[in-house]
Amino acid sequence: MTFTASPQTAPDKFRVFLVDDHAVFRAGVRAELGREVDMEVVGEAGGVAEAIAGINALRPQVVLLDVHMPDGGGVGVLHGIDSGPVCLALSVSDAAEDVIAVIRAGARGYVTKTISGAELADGVRRVAGGDAVFSPRLAGFVLDSFTGRSNAPEPPLDPELDSLTPRELEVLRLLARGYTYREIAEELVISVKTVETHASNVLRKTQQSNRNALTRWAHRRRID
Amino acid sequence: MSDIRIRARIETVQPLADPNEATNAPMPAVSAVPAVDEPLYPKLERRAGGRIVGGVAGGIADHLDVDVFKVRVGFALLASLAGAGIVAYGLLWIFTPQGTDTERPDTSERRRAIGLAVIGLAVAASLSWLVSGTAASVVTPFLVVAIGAALVWREFDVDGSRSVLGLPRRPTVLTWARILGGVTLIVTGLGVVVLAQIDLDALRSSLLAVVVTLVGAGLLTVPLWLRLWRALGEERAARIRNEEREEIASHLHDSVLQTLALIQKQADSPQEVTRLARGQERELRRWLFGGGETAHTSLSEALQTIAGEVEDQHGVTVRPVTVGDVELAAEGGEGKGLSRECFTALLGATRESLVNAAKHSGVSSIDLYAETERDQVSVFVRDRGVGFDPDTVPEDRQGLAKSIRARIERRGGRVEVRSTVGKGTEVRIHMPRPVSDDDAEDVANEAEPMS
Repeated sequence: MTFTASPQTAPDKFRVFLVDDHAVFRAGVRAELGREVDMEVVGEAGGVAEAIAGINALRPQVVLLDVHMPDGGGVGVLHGIDSGPVCLALSVSDAAEDVIAVIRAGARGYVTKTISGAELADGVRRVAGGDAVFSPRLAGFVLDSFTGRSNAPEPPLDPELDSLTPRELEVLRLLARGYTYREIAEELVISVKTVETHASNVLRKTQQSNRNALTRWAHRRRID
Repeated sequence: MSDIRIRARIETVQPLADPNEATNAPMPAVSAVPAVDEPLYPKLERRAGGRIVGGVAGGIADHLDVDVFKVRVGFALLASLAGAGIVAYGLLWIFTPQGTDTERPDTSERRRAIGLAVIGLAVAASLSWLVSGTAASVVTPFLVVAIGAALVWREFDVDGSRSVLGLPRRPTVLTWARILGGVTLIVTGLGVVVLAQIDLDALRSSLLAVVVTLVGAGLLTVPLWLRLWRALGEERAARIRNEEREEIASHLHDSVLQTLALIQKQADSPQEVTRLARGQERELRRWLFGGGETAHTSLSEALQTIAGEVEDQHGVTVRPVTVGDVELAAEGGEGKGLSRECFTALLGATRESLVNAAKHSGVSSIDLYAETERDQVSVFVRDRGVGFDPDTVPEDRQGLAKSIRARIERRGGRVEVRSTVGKGTEVRIHMPRPVSDDDAEDVANEAEPMS
């Protein structure tokens, strides 16, 4: 399991790095992304240490990151790499705490492994462009942690950071219902650009908020 | 059927038995020819429940199929031969595994057995007195030690959960009293043997020497004890891990491996493979993350179940996302939960919408979203299929929409159906929910940061 460097990358292609401990799955993603003209898989890794070394050496634009790996998982990779590449989490995991933990560790989005190749390529383009990628499941988790009430008393909340605006809630609800950004723009009669801004804000708040429901998950994850 | 099986077994296990005899009278054949897996004598095991001292005599009686009283008399007689019976009893106690019987001995048997034991010990002591003083000075302390050892061993020899030391998990006062008594007897007996004659001054200094030696030995061997203790803990942890591993292995065997086998058989039917894989995925998720058996009292669990059923029946993929959750209210209760009527209506309408989408949308993936808010529960079923023009709905589909709508509206909810030709359909179901007092408070509290 070594990462393979391909020095000549066409400048107009997205350089993607795959991290997953299942070689079969990596091969599948490689084949699917290979069908897209603007995607190039520049390297892959099956373990955390290998992934950190490979990403820091190859400096890809986008890292597709498995949440669950034997030796630390996606969170370990996110803590280890230099800033620069953006990460998109890719997992079959259903547990909200795992997903929220990788998001808070810095991933720009989360999609499930059952996603189609075209949708995955779309997600890669989106995070490479600086946007957030919310699968309906992630949108559901985030909504739950912002609207749900936890038993523990909340720390003093920063109204800007620790609650979502009504518009952001609306966008998040539509994302959870399976709407694409374009469909949301049509539904709310706003521009796609605005939807993207709302989504990015929600992601930023998810990463930085002090709400119990969010810190609890990240905390529990770090103890493991 | 069962007869045939028994016969087959007899013939294979006992090829020497006359098959005709077996055919004519199968049952006598079984009892006449001892089966291979049942030996002539049962395995020698000490009685556990039915023991008086160590269960040895009872075990031998069971093993040889003789009366337990005769065995005890034998031990008592042997005991008179310079304590040979007592040594034999002790050795058998050490080397015979404990059985699993639970039946307690009745009072008369207990009385007779204890009487015999006392007689055996007394005879051993008095006979040795008769023979010579020297013999007595050896045998009597030996008897004292034997009684002490029996007292202590008996306490370590009980069924049920134990602490690390091997004592019962919750030792009673009686247990401690017996152990203390036993230890005293052993120490006294050994002391007498060693000192040969009781000299009070010598006894004191000797006892002091013994105590000092014991303490010293204990201190010197502390690392050894610690290591022993740790090894015990590690071994226990390893055993627990192993048990867990086995449970997981057996679960995987029952579920995942079976499904994989099925998938291999159905490899040429992609739809069937997808269905099997999705079903297995759901089952595994429920096992890994799920809340177990509460499937029918929580809305989110119930919706997951419905989504799974529709997937199985119609070969589509339903992606359920739920935010918040609501329980089914207790029977007749006013509490926070959703009343049974609302709950059933909501689930029924959701299933109807999912089935509709699966049948008519023409796509194989449906989004299901449910959110529980303070004052209402909303369910959205959405597909990106062919859609339809609500004004020109064919009669049968209108009927279905009506059945969804009627069901919900009867319980005070409302339903919107949004559909665009070529873009898909979304059914939105809203069901009001009773607001309890502390919920209302929360609304007031949390309204501020939102505004």
